[in-house]
Amino acid sequence: MTDTRPGRLPASGHRPGRPGPFFARDRGHHPPALWPDYKTSVARSPRQPLLSFENTLSEITGPLFSLRDLGPQDNDLLSNFATEGQPIGERMLLHGQVLDQNARPVPGVLIEIWQANAAGRYRHVNDGYRAPLDPAFGGCGRTVTDSEGRYFFRSIKPGAYPWPNATDSWRPAHVHFSIFGSGFAQRLITQAYFEGDPLIDRCPIAGSIPDPAARNMLVARLDMENSVPFDMLAWRFDIVLRGRRSTCFENRPEGN
Amino acid sequence: MRIPPNAPPNTPPVLKETPSQTAGPYVHIGLRPSVAGFAGYTWEPDHQIANPADKSRRIRISGTVFDGTGAPVKDALIEAWQADANGHYPHPEDGRPVMPGFRGFGRAAADLESGEWHFDTIRPGPVPGPGGTLQAPHVSLWIVARGINIGLHTRLYFPEDAALHATDPLLAIIPDPRRRETLIATREKDGEGVTYRFDIHIQGEYETVFLDI
Repeated sequence: MTDTRPGRLPASGHRPGRPGPFFARDRGHHPPALWPDYKTSVARSPRQPLLSFENTLSEITGPLFSLRDLGPQDNDLLSNFATEGQPIGERMLLHGQVLDQNARPVPGVLIEIWQANAAGRYRHVNDGYRAPLDPAFGGCGRTVTDSEGRYFFRSIKPGAYPWPNATDSWRPAHVHFSIFGSGFAQRLITQAYFEGDPLIDRCPIAGSIPDPAARNMLVARLDMENSVPFDMLAWRFDIVLRGRRSTCFENRPEGN
Repeated sequence: MRIPPNAPPNTPPVLKETPSQTAGPYVHIGLRPSVAGFAGYTWEPDHQIANPADKSRRIRISGTVFDGTGAPVKDALIEAWQADANGHYPHPEDGRPVMPGFRGFGRAAADLESGEWHFDTIRPGPVPGPGGTLQAPHVSLWIVARGINIGLHTRLYFPEDAALHATDPLLAIIPDPRRRETLIATREKDGEGVTYRFDIHIQGEYETVFLDI
């Protein structure tokens, strides 16, 4: 139970009987900040070591969202931009489940996505790729996971596109994902790729994840079990957020 | 460090966390869609962290993110999370009441021309720290942009709280005073309201302290 008596401070979250701090982030499983093959990372990566600090209330808490914050079409990229017409491209159901590292479903998670259209063009002032914009496609969506941690979006499969890095670098088709957990320390942005895309192994951004098994976690799987016949293919992308330690280590008694 | 005598042994994680990827240059489409020209959402997080109607204690936090060449990161997106003026978080694991209309969360996109960003908020109160300590008032910040492979966590502290900084458990473990200074905003402007400046340097002589939390 949370102590709500006036003048009483809650513990920093490390008390027996409640979840402990988050598992330490396994930095070797993530891309290093400096990955020279991805040239922009050279000037945009810290050189000093990160300062490790045990979780406090500031990291264990974080913003919470609910479906009430969202509109009914926010997770439908097929219809949430244009008032008439439909986007061009391969229709898809993009769905999955959010778990924590203890393999428990995480309900109430805000997921925001953004993507290029079927031709590989973003609706953004800084995207100068010659491929056309789609008048019926905006490219963003959001939803909140249900009681079992599940989510889904309707969209079109994005196209690959060239980008300035090496002389002829192409991004594999991908959807950007932003995910909140219940604590600010869980904050995560990533990208979902599509099973079978030969550009994944040529991409320096996907390749910034050193461990192939870790990189493989970002590949959405074709999911015929959930395809909608004569309508759309389904792709499954499960997400794992940092989990909490089950017990509590204390440096010293809380004194309350 | 000690384990409470009645605690069961800790269970190791069974799954690996999903790896991070850069937010890329078009992050606004997804996270600040109104900035990107998308008008389809009825509400989206923005630079207002506290209740805009609470004018008496308003402060502004503004800054620029600089890369290792000293150039502003014009595509940066900054998120902020903070307690209210009493040091209470709007979250069940805090559980204490928060001020009306206080969300505690803000999201600011850098100006695409200048790289400058800002939040409008109120000053947070001190919050509990480990082992019964008190943490000086601070705002937790998280920075993403093209070229940033995993979001950068840092904290902003306020210059008026020098006495509390001396006992803050996070500032206490930064031995170099010049490094510690990178986490303390400067008070820039009074008048209508107070503005604090907090520039973030990703690398170089003034590299900001970033956190592994």
